[in-house]
Order: sequence, then C-alpha cells, then structure tokens
Amino acid sequence: MSLLEIENLSLRIGEAPILKDIDLSIAPGEVMGLVGESGSGKSMTALTMMKLLPHAARAQGRVTFDGINILAAPEAAMCRLRGDDIGMVFQEPMTALNPVKTIGEQVAEGIRWHTGVNRPDAEARARAMLERVGLPERQFPLTRYPHELSGGQRQRVVIAIACALKPKLLIADEPTTALDVVLQAQILDLLRDLVDENRMSLLLISHDLAVVADMADRTTIMRHGQVMEAGETARTLTEQVHPYTRRLAEASTHVPARAKPAAGDTSETLLKVEGVTRDYPIRRASLFAKRQSFRAVDDVSFSLARGQSMALVGRSGCGKSTLARMILALDRPTGGSIHFDGETLEDKSEDQLRPSRRHMQVVFQDPYGSFNPRHKVERLVAEPLHLLDEKPDAKRRRELVAEALEQVGLSASDMEKYPHEFSGGQRQRISIARAVITKPKLIVADEPVSALDVSIRAQILDLFADLNRRLGVAYLFITHDLTVARAITDRVMVMHEGRIVEAGDTHAVFDRPKTEAAKALVDAAPDLDRALRMRMERVSGG
Amino acid sequence: MTAYLAKRLAIGLATLLVASLVVFSVLEILPGDPARIMLGLNASPEALEALRSQMGLDRPVVLRYLDWLAGMATGDFGRSYTYSSPVIELVAERVSVSLPLALMALALSTAIAIPVGIFAAARRGRLSDTIAMGIAQVGVAIPNFWFAMLLVYIFAVGLRLVPAGGFPGWGEDWGGVWQGFKALLLPAVALALPQAAILSRVTRSAMLEVMGEDYIRTARAKGLPRRAVLWRHALRNALIPVLTILGLQFAFLLAGTIIIENVFYLPGLGRLIFQAISQRDLIVVEGVVMLLVASIIVINLLVDICYAIADPRLRTGR
Repeated sequence: MSLLEIENLSLRIGEAPILKDIDLSIAPGEVMGLVGESGSGKSMTALTMMKLLPHAARAQGRVTFDGINILAAPEAAMCRLRGDDIGMVFQEPMTALNPVKTIGEQVAEGIRWHTGVNRPDAEARARAMLERVGLPERQFPLTRYPHELSGGQRQRVVIAIACALKPKLLIADEPTTALDVVLQAQILDLLRDLVDENRMSLLLISHDLAVVADMADRTTIMRHGQVMEAGETARTLTEQVHPYTRRLAEASTHVPARAKPAAGDTSETLLKVEGVTRDYPIRRASLFAKRQSFRAVDDVSFSLARGQSMALVGRSGCGKSTLARMILALDRPTGGSIHFDGETLEDKSEDQLRPSRRHMQVVFQDPYGSFNPRHKVERLVAEPLHLLDEKPDAKRRRELVAEALEQVGLSASDMEKYPHEFSGGQRQRISIARAVITKPKLIVADEPVSALDVSIRAQILDLFADLNRRLGVAYLFITHDLTVARAITDRVMVMHEGRIVEAGDTHAVFDRPKTEAAKALVDAAPDLDRALRMRMERVSGG
Repeated sequence: MTAYLAKRLAIGLATLLVASLVVFSVLEILPGDPARIMLGLNASPEALEALRSQMGLDRPVVLRYLDWLAGMATGDFGRSYTYSSPVIELVAERVSVSLPLALMALALSTAIAIPVGIFAAARRGRLSDTIAMGIAQVGVAIPNFWFAMLLVYIFAVGLRLVPAGGFPGWGEDWGGVWQGFKALLLPAVALALPQAAILSRVTRSAMLEVMGEDYIRTARAKGLPRRAVLWRHALRNALIPVLTILGLQFAFLLAGTIIIENVFYLPGLGRLIFQAISQRDLIVVEGVVMLLVASIIVINLLVDICYAIADPRLRTGR
C-alpha cells in the first residue's frame, strides 16, 4: 500500500505542457529520489503533491495521498495536510525564511496552527525541534532572526519547520544545492536521521545522481516532463537500461580528454603570488570600540605555470573568491605581492593595469546574470577588446568576435542574437568566448559549471580542456565541486579559513588528503561510484 | 537599536543645522530690504536707518545668524514685520489648523489605502482588483482643488451638512471642537483622496512583490491559509515602501496644502508662508521654514523608528 500514488498526471501552465503522464508512488518509510535536469518537471511534480501550483496551472490525472484525492481536495483540506502530513524543504535557504519573524515564531507557527496548542507549549516543541536539527537553545535561542544565521543554519530551521509535526511525507526539493559539500553532507545526514526516526517517507529531488544514489531506496528519472525510468536505485543506476539514464550517469562522471602537460611548457611561471593577505574591517560595535579586522586571505603563496590548469577548492567563505579578485586586480591585497606575466599588480594604477588585464579574463558562475540582456552577442563578446593597444575597426571587430564564437563551438551568425535566445550552456559558451577574445594567458573561472545541468556541464568541461590544448591558456578553477576539479585540473590548492592548507597534484591530494580540511572536503563530496558500491553492499549484506 | 536611534538622531540634528545655514543665507542673498518694505518707498533715509538698526539689520551677518540660532533654541523666532506679533504665536495659531488637518487626512488616506491595496493584491487580475486600481488611477489624476469644489458643492451647498469654508476655531468646549472638526472634514477628505490613491497603488505593488517571495511559499507549505499568510507574513514585509510614502505624504500635508486652504478659506500654515513671502516678511519665512524642516526631520525619525520595528535587519545600525 503506497502512501503517495501519482497516476497519469499531466500538467499544463496556460498553453504550455509541463508534465505528461507521470506515474510515481512512494511507500511508507521509503526514500524516493527524483532526478532530472532543469526544466524536467521535478519541482512541478512536487508542488502538485502540495497543491501549491501557480495560478494558471491545470492538472489532470490522479494524485492520492494517504487515501485523499489531492487534485479534488478543497483548499481547507489541503491546508490541514500541508505542514502536518506533508512537509516541504526548499532549495534556497537564504530566502526561504521570513526575514521579519524570529526562527522561534516561524517554527512554532505551524505547530500552533495545526494542533491548537497554546503559545508556550508550541514554543517548547519548537525549541525541542530546533535542538533536534542541530540548533541548540544556548547558541540559537528562539528569538534569533534568520539574518543572524548562516545558510546551513537557515536550512536547518526550514527542516525544523517541515518536520515539526512529524509528517508522513517529507518533500525536499534540491535541499543542498545552494550549500557547500561539507554542509551538504551534514544536511543529508540530518534528513536521513529524521526520516529514520519518525518513519517518514522522503521525496528527495536532486539533479545530482551521486546524492540520490547515496540517499534513495528507489529512483525516478525525469526528462521533459516525463518519467524516463523508475526502479530500485542500485539497479537503475548500475544497469542503466534506459539510454537517458546512461547518458546522465556518464555526463556526471565525465572526464574530458586532456593532453598531459608538456614538461617544457610548465617550467615558465605565469602567475606568482607571494605572501598575499587581505583584511576587511569589521564594523565597530560602538564608536569607541577598537577597530578590528577580519583576515579573509592569510599569507597565501603559490605559482602557476603557463598553460597549467589549477583548481582552488574550499568551503564557502574560505576566501577563494577574495583571492581570485586580487589575482584579477579587482581588489588590492593588504600585504604581499602578485606577479603576473612579469609585472607586479598590487602597486599599479588602473591605467597601468590595462596591458595585464588583456591577458587575464574571467568566467563567472551565472551565465544568466553576467550579460546585459539588451545587448547583442557581438557587443557582449567584443567588450574586452577595449583592452587592446590598437582599437580594432568595426570590420576587424566582427572578425575577432566571429573567431571567438567559433572557438567555443558557436557560429559567427550568432553574434546578431540577444542572450535570451540561447540556452544556459550556450550562454556559458558566450561568456567563454568573451574571455578568449583578447587571447588571454590566464582565465580565472569562478564555479563556471555549477549552475549547469550535468550533460551541459560535460560539454563545457570539454570546451575548457580543448581551449587549454589549442590556445595554451592557463586556468585557475575556483570550485567546491571536487569532481570538476578532478576532471579538468593538474594541480589543486585546498583553501581553509583564508590559508592554503594543502597543495599538490590533483589526484594525489584527493586520493590521499593529508589535512583535516582536505579530508573533510573529500569525504563529503558526493561520488556516484562510491555511493552505488555502498548501496550494493548494504543490499547484499542485509 | 539604541545605536541605530542615536545615529538617526545625530543625522537629524546635523541636517537641521545645515538647513538653518541654507535658509539664512538664501534669505540674506535675496533682494528686498525688509525695512524699506515696512516703511514704504517714500520713507526718508534717516527713518530707514533707524529702523534697520532697531531690527539689528546693520550688524555683521555672522552675529545675526548666531543670534537667530540662539533665539530659536529658546523658542524666540523673532517678531513678524507685517503682523507685529511674535512669529511663534502666528505659527502656533496656524499649526492648530494645519496639524489636525494633516493628521485627519493622513489617517483617512491610510485607513482607505492599506486595506484597498491588500484587497487588490490578494485578488490580483480579477475584476475587483481592476476596479479598485481603476478608481485609484482616477484618484491620482483628479486635481484635488477640483475634487474639493465638488465636495463643497455636494456636502456644503447641496446637503448643508458641513460649512463650505472658513474655520471657527476650536472653541472652549466639546461643541466648539465639533465645529472645528466639521470645518476640517471636507478639506481632509479632499487632501486624503489623491494620497490614498497613490498609497493604495504602492501598497498593492509592495504586497505583490512580497507575495512572490520564497518565504511566502514556506508559510503556505506550513499549512497556513492564503489569508493568514497575507496578514502574518506578507504585510509586515511590504510595509517599508508604504512607510516611506506615508512619511513623504505627511510632510507634504503639513505645509503643501495651500491650494486646499485657499479653496476652504482656512488659516493654515501654507497661506501664512505664501503671505509672508509675498510681503517679504523674512523673519516669518525663516521661522516657518525652520519649523517645517524640524518637523520633517522628526517625521523622518519616526519613519526610521517604524522601519526598525518592521524589519529587524535594520536594527543592527547599518
């Protein structure tokens, strides 16, 4: 007898078909993984169960939860179900909590609403629940506001809200996507424990096969609003009967073909960072308090050879991005020096930096946010050309843009289009084209693939590898995703609390991490093969 | 919170000081000699000189500025040339009309606009929303003096419920207060309508923006019905832009109501300033402007306090 049974569910929003004939069932106490790329309809499936769909959405089919016909249930009945029998955890912890209410109010609110207990009792239960999710009263009293908590802590509050009344079904929609790997592992552990303790069912939505392989008993794979394959997680992901499943699995462990770095090539230093430190002033508690500062980057030294590909990994807030900004001369170090291509950067004026800027470019995480939507691709890609000593004329400019677009696998005719006409992966190609147009010697890539789906991610990684081989450009990859670091870099630096704590050959460091910080990252990083191996052992053992 | 308030207060006082300097210098630079205006064009140079020294106009500028500041600090805003009475008395008399009028208009517009804005936001896209916002659009577009005349025509001339204009004073007893209240009723409605129209549109758009936030979905996922989410979660988050507009409107209502005061023959602050400017009664202009600056600073301080009450993120003193 299943707790939740979805049969032939179809959904349209206005005229657009979103879901087609979805079948899905979840047994009591079962963990169901729902996997798919963005736009595959995972979240809409979940919102249908909660009946929290957008206004224009029309659903057909049958959704039965605990004997209740959800699609036909009146709003009042749904309000009784939501938060009591079905709890939901969302992707973005930074915005999921009401900023003007204390965490105590927000957890207690659902308890009071559903059980009708008085305020002190509800608060006592909220306190116990927050304690359970790892926010002890002493450090995190009920009177805290969300803005006083970090992302991981806020996600714990959201989980406390969702689980406060021990729902029969917990829906977690990409609950860890916005968190770093160490936090991800902690939150997944917490979810697993809560589900076990309370015999809840869990619908875990994720784009990450490794996470699902680690957590889910059964897995459903969706694409374009349809179910591709469903079954036991271990069997589905190892046998890979459906071609799409195989493609997803391959893409998520994809390693681009890369040329071994030639010995002669790497001898010449391109970038040398010596003893770099960056302090930020902390706002003073009162006018007369001593001015204090926070050391974001602490005495970092390393060097990068021409054509080399190096990863900078670490947890969020460890100083990776601050270091990258100083290398790109967007921020000045408090102490230490940076040499790029034979020039020092830290003491130059903006005018003097121009020749160096031409040789270092940047690719950001978000291919949506980094373009002005009102400019054509030609203008967007040509942007860095003002760094050249000789300004190219209009004809030469178009030639250069066409060349850059072809380098990244787009066509010259794409320069007439606007960014919204491209998919996420193509947009990331445009931002790479913008980076290579000045023929730089170094590209700093800040989480360049973490906003992309696995299949697109594989293609972009191939492109990075290809450009490295053909143009000899060096990379500094900033990422918290060790799979990406492993796939595309020769060397890695592990950063922790502003310091480089470990550095070396990428595979050597990840296979045998020496420091605590590196070990924590490696242990927490989701790994599809490892997760499947452990799942198989568990199945055969018990 | 104390640090936040102390900072706001310090900023307010600094603004007041700068404003006093600006007001004083501008009036100093403007052409027109108050002594000549008082005595007329045919006055003898001796009489002019005598009056100027009596009024202290022959003393150094810096000294006069400091005197003026010290006077205001002790409540002495000088004497009006034209009315021959202390500025503070003139102002107090006018404020007794303008302040109640502003408060009545503000209360009325808030009482209409916020429920209408919430109502329209909750029924976005439906007929009732379209009608409410259509009326608001008309309310913004109608000139308030025209609306005022319409009100006079219907309620004073036609129905004879309230006086058509003038202000009898607040009287000695409750009956007198009631007469004063009745006299201010139509002007308050006329002032409130366009304000309410703007405020309801601001409320609606602020609510709609908030209703799209992730935490609203979290609240819905807790099982709260739509209405409870609206009042408990959305409203307080939507208050910041509403409070900003309210503060601006109150400041306007205190002194920017000259047209309505003229339509209803009300002895308010707006008319006092207008008359003082046209008669070059610089002392009155200076005094009234400084009082207005001070009251706007106080209003802004109140709005800042309301911000901090509405949004805990602002209490840390940013």
